[in-house]
Amino acid sequence: MSYVAIKGGGRAIAGAAAVTEYLRTEEGLGNPDAEPLEIDAILHQLRHLVDRVVSEGGVYHPQFAALAVKQSLGDTLEAAFALRAWRSTRPRLSATPPLDTSRMRLIRRISSAFKEIPGGQMLGPTPDYALRLLRLELMDESPEAFRAVARDWLENCREAQLPDSYPKVLDALRAEGLLPPVAKTRRQTAFDITREPLVFPVPRSAALATMARAETGSLLAIAYSNMRGYGDVHPTVAELRVGYLPVLLPHPVTGELAEAGEVLMTECEVVAMYAAAEPGGKPQFTVGYGACFGHNEVKAISMAILDRALQKGMQDGPANPSEDPEFVLLHVDGVDSMGFASHYKMPHYVTFQSDLDRLRTTQQKSGEPA
Amino acid sequence: MNAMPHTTGGNAYNFGFLDEYAKKEIRRAVLKAIAIPGYQVPYASREMPMGRGFGTGGLQLTLALIGPGEVVKVIDQGSDDSVNAVNLRRFIEMTCPGVSTTTRTAEASLIQSRHRIPERPLTPTQILVLQVPYPDPLVVVEPSEDKRKIMHGEADYSRLLVKLYEDIVQFDEITISHRYPTRINGHYVIDPSPIPRWDVPRLDHAAALTLFGAGREKKIYAVPPHTRAEPLAFSDVPFRVEDFRDEAGRRRACARCGCTDSFLDEFSSDAGEKVYQCSDTDWCDEKLLRKESLRGEAA
Repeated sequence: MSYVAIKGGGRAIAGAAAVTEYLRTEEGLGNPDAEPLEIDAILHQLRHLVDRVVSEGGVYHPQFAALAVKQSLGDTLEAAFALRAWRSTRPRLSATPPLDTSRMRLIRRISSAFKEIPGGQMLGPTPDYALRLLRLELMDESPEAFRAVARDWLENCREAQLPDSYPKVLDALRAEGLLPPVAKTRRQTAFDITREPLVFPVPRSAALATMARAETGSLLAIAYSNMRGYGDVHPTVAELRVGYLPVLLPHPVTGELAEAGEVLMTECEVVAMYAAAEPGGKPQFTVGYGACFGHNEVKAISMAILDRALQKGMQDGPANPSEDPEFVLLHVDGVDSMGFASHYKMPHYVTFQSDLDRLRTTQQKSGEPA
Repeated sequence: MNAMPHTTGGNAYNFGFLDEYAKKEIRRAVLKAIAIPGYQVPYASREMPMGRGFGTGGLQLTLALIGPGEVVKVIDQGSDDSVNAVNLRRFIEMTCPGVSTTTRTAEASLIQSRHRIPERPLTPTQILVLQVPYPDPLVVVEPSEDKRKIMHGEADYSRLLVKLYEDIVQFDEITISHRYPTRINGHYVIDPSPIPRWDVPRLDHAAALTLFGAGREKKIYAVPPHTRAEPLAFSDVPFRVEDFRDEAGRRRACARCGCTDSFLDEFSSDAGEKVYQCSDTDWCDEKLLRKESLRGEAA
């Protein structure tokens, strides 16, 4: 008998790890100029990949995110996973108060609701209007040309007088009474999904936190279902902003807030069709909110749409999957869902044996040959 | 392994990987789970460095309960040597310096298992940790957790019983093969993890504490020692374990050790014939050893 059930697991694991490392490094065999990917190169040249991993990993550590990208050979799910597992080993020592995003140092800010917004539209870095043509000149980019591009841009950059912060577009709508005022009674301490389990119904801050570190593709797919028919949110982007948000932490001795650093983040506020807050009440626009680490616009927009859909579902009862908090929040986490999908690769001999027993018995009873 | 070079060199990782706050939270959830047998206690499951669904719930329990002097055994599909069991065991060795591991059921104080309860009856000094992919048996009849919570609270398992009844009407048999819904202490019905039906009766009035950890679904529950565990059934359609009799009605034996009272894995030999072998490898090894020593004495 040659097949003895799954023996030699330890050696098999070591072999699998070794051959993966071989694939990572094999370029060096035939190419004496091959150089290992530097973390800095990933951080700067694959910034959207790093941003995605930082966001889905749920911890703002771009350098470790870049390392995770490197060791996972560019698999975003695996990379976010490694970052999250590292986060599990860190105790939570402090929490910031809610941070005021009007203090963001912006690199990009647009509104599709108004032509003119206080502070103005700012396109910033975006591929939105780029023609998706392959730039064949990048096939073999020389280091000189590479450096020249950045240098030229800086030299030709006009000195601009930019304000330190920009007012929020929604504040203007609120001042006009088109939006409900921010509720004074809302819970000021955010629900920490890394320290408390989700028990439904959950507060909105738990839903927002879950979506903030959700897998981008999952969030987009469910938000898209709402946009194109299985839902009723017709959003207008009141404001989409990308920038660096100063992070304030209470000083360990004095307790006074001190700036501990800044995080790059994307924030999106959408305005949806109006509804009366209560029967007979004054009709007002409704709002959806999305925010996540890194420059991830599609994620922030999807999150804002789903936030609106979920609020509607919680108020009126869910009419479609994207309005059902359990459906959305329990299925958007990349680490959870990829882990479970992967686990099907593990042996299921015992349960399958039990399945066989049931099928054979059932077949016998129905008179078919076993 | 290359994934964790820091643990051997310095103190980059805490004993048991998780930080102390996380372990404390899990131990609190365990106490609650023991106090309310079968009740699913929610907890803030942490991300572990292996896949959700690979036993992260069981592992968090193991790491929270482990202390110096502990002897740990890890089983997957009844085997200590399967890839996943080896991986989990190695991770425990790496992050819990000073803890010893074993493959012998009798020697272990803490056993983490996927899909099997060891054949050898456990003792009061042992704890069995089972990994759980789906903690809630009601999920097959009710997708909403919010509603399931109410059903559990009211011990309302009528829809589950209807499902079993419909099975009988359609197939003349209950078709649930593993994860057989089991009522604990007369109230909560649990998913006893994907153990075969063969193992379910061994939860009933067991001497050892059995803990269930669902990492992805963030739940912990328990069957305390000497507690009733009854698989759902009807008086005229009793609960049945897997049948290992051949066409002639004889109990099949393990091709390796000859055991005729253990759960068997079935596979095809290279010659194409069906072969049966104990799924619990430690049990099988022990039987084989005894058989050989008997043969030695005889000779």
